[in-house]
Amino acid sequence: MDTFLQQVLSGLATGGIYASVALALVMIYQATHHVNFAQGEMAMFSTYIAWTLIDGGLSYWLAFVLTLALSFVAGVLIERIVIRPIENAPVLSIVVVFVGLLVILNSVAGWIYGYTIKSFPSPFANDAWYGGRYMSPHEVGMISVTLAMLLLVFLFFRFTPLGLAMRASAQNPVSSRLVGIRVGWMLALGWGLAAMIGSVAGMMAAPIVYLDPNMMSGVLLYGFAAALLGGITNPWGAALGGFIVGVLENLAGAYVVGTEIKLTVALVIIVGVLLVRPSGLFGRTLVTRV
Amino acid sequence: MSAPQRTLAFAALGAFLVLLPFAISNYHVFQLTMVVVYAIVLLGLNILTGFNGQVSLGHGAFFAIGAYVTAILLDKTGVPYWATVPMAGGVCLVAGFLFGLPALRLEGLYLALATFALAVATPQILKYRHIEQWTGGVQGITILKPDPPPFLPVNSDQWLYFFCLVIAVPLYVVGWNLLRARTGRALVAIRDHPLAASAMGIDNAFYKSATFGISAMYTGVAGALGALVTQFVAPDSFPIFLSLSFLVGIVVGGVASIPGAVFGAVFIEFVPNVASAISDAAPWAIYGLVLILFMYTMPQGVAGLLRMLERRFAARDWSLAGKGQPAAPPTLALPLKGEGKGGRKAD
Repeated sequence: MDTFLQQVLSGLATGGIYASVALALVMIYQATHHVNFAQGEMAMFSTYIAWTLIDGGLSYWLAFVLTLALSFVAGVLIERIVIRPIENAPVLSIVVVFVGLLVILNSVAGWIYGYTIKSFPSPFANDAWYGGRYMSPHEVGMISVTLAMLLLVFLFFRFTPLGLAMRASAQNPVSSRLVGIRVGWMLALGWGLAAMIGSVAGMMAAPIVYLDPNMMSGVLLYGFAAALLGGITNPWGAALGGFIVGVLENLAGAYVVGTEIKLTVALVIIVGVLLVRPSGLFGRTLVTRV
Repeated sequence: MSAPQRTLAFAALGAFLVLLPFAISNYHVFQLTMVVVYAIVLLGLNILTGFNGQVSLGHGAFFAIGAYVTAILLDKTGVPYWATVPMAGGVCLVAGFLFGLPALRLEGLYLALATFALAVATPQILKYRHIEQWTGGVQGITILKPDPPPFLPVNSDQWLYFFCLVIAVPLYVVGWNLLRARTGRALVAIRDHPLAASAMGIDNAFYKSATFGISAMYTGVAGALGALVTQFVAPDSFPIFLSLSFLVGIVVGGVASIPGAVFGAVFIEFVPNVASAISDAAPWAIYGLVLILFMYTMPQGVAGLLRMLERRFAARDWSLAGKGQPAAPPTLALPLKGEGKGGRKAD
């Protein structure tokens, strides 16, 4: 029973990372119906930036905030420069451009920082008071940071005029344009926010999975699984999906398939959800008019 | 080109391909053989993604299945090496058809996502403990290089090249005939407008899953040949980046173009070799840039560029001769730029 509880709780902790990645994915999907294959590599790159800052002598939390800001700017720039020209292109072109982005970020990180694995500090001391029998302090801290971030994102979208404008332009771009919202810039802001959320996921994941250019490929896969399970049209569903996938992954790893083929769990979830309930647990069913 | 001209061109190309391995070093023969192998994969992927519009980021998985079928058969049974190739193709045909059935329900991006997941999970599945007795786990399987038949004056590298070529040519002829005829037009119709296609009596479900199977079969045959050529299979030879480099290949060569598959194969074999002199990461940085730049500036790839040049020069000839200019042949190419379906229109 003890191990079971431990598995569930640490599943929730990693689930927080998946939830963040899923939220970032959904944010971009909602506005443009693009699935961002480069989300994981963007988070990886942000984490390297944080590593550089910490290595340069900054305190962890200062580096954390600076990384968020830089990631935001980078996300906006990527949208403006790379994504905007292909906004209305067919699926294949979009997939190709996203894969190109993935590959570029991955190789540039490898080029600058090398492919050796680096350790990344955790801001939560190993013997902190909030660590317990079932969860390490880092896991507790990770969950708290994720939940705090989800709360902030919720408050932003629910209570600020900018959040409202962003929601409006995702839902109905034409009408939003008519009431004077600059829809294109709202999309860019969405990308910035997604990059920021992803960078939090990267920095929280790095102490566990270690820092290397391929660190996020597994996480991204679980992020996809989480977004689809929760419903790719519903941000909160996707976040919840993240926690569910985290727990499922841990339980399957511990009791069913063993830890070596955990990625297959994500594959099974993705294909399963797409086949059985393509709109996810909490998503809307999309109806297209032909 | 007129018919005799074309025959002549093909004869010259054939002679060139036969004589080339005798003029270059063994290492270059090996590279050339890999070009042939990649050309088969890219044709397979192009049939699926270019002509039928089903985006697959997971063909590395079928390549791996083909390679492993050959390696396991050679390692555990006494099957001669040439017989393992059709078996690998057969296994992949079935695997592809089976994966194609659920893929029927996945449109566009979702299919890309599912196949991406397949490709990411492949190395882990190959390392799986309970199939280790066949797959050799992390260590993989080493294969012996097949000997050339004694009556031919070639060494083993040259023999492998001819072996791959002899398999590739019929596959290309079959692919060409398939795509130029009724089937090919059905595939393109499904890609361009599935609803209209089914209204015209095309069985979308059958064509789509059959295409998936055929595409996987091409890839599996290439995987089997690739295993013979490199004489080694291991889980880490089939990372997600293998699948992505196939995508690079069809984009560079030309989406929905048969000769494009060959150009793409040349690109993905030789560019990494040249680029890795700069840095380990350089080939992929170049791949990424090429992917994005080609999408913006040359969405029809090298094949599209050549077609455009040919048409331009051909047009000049006709105008000089003063004959009526025949209409440009109907193209099966994919429109990659411009308005997609249901495009969002904002400022």
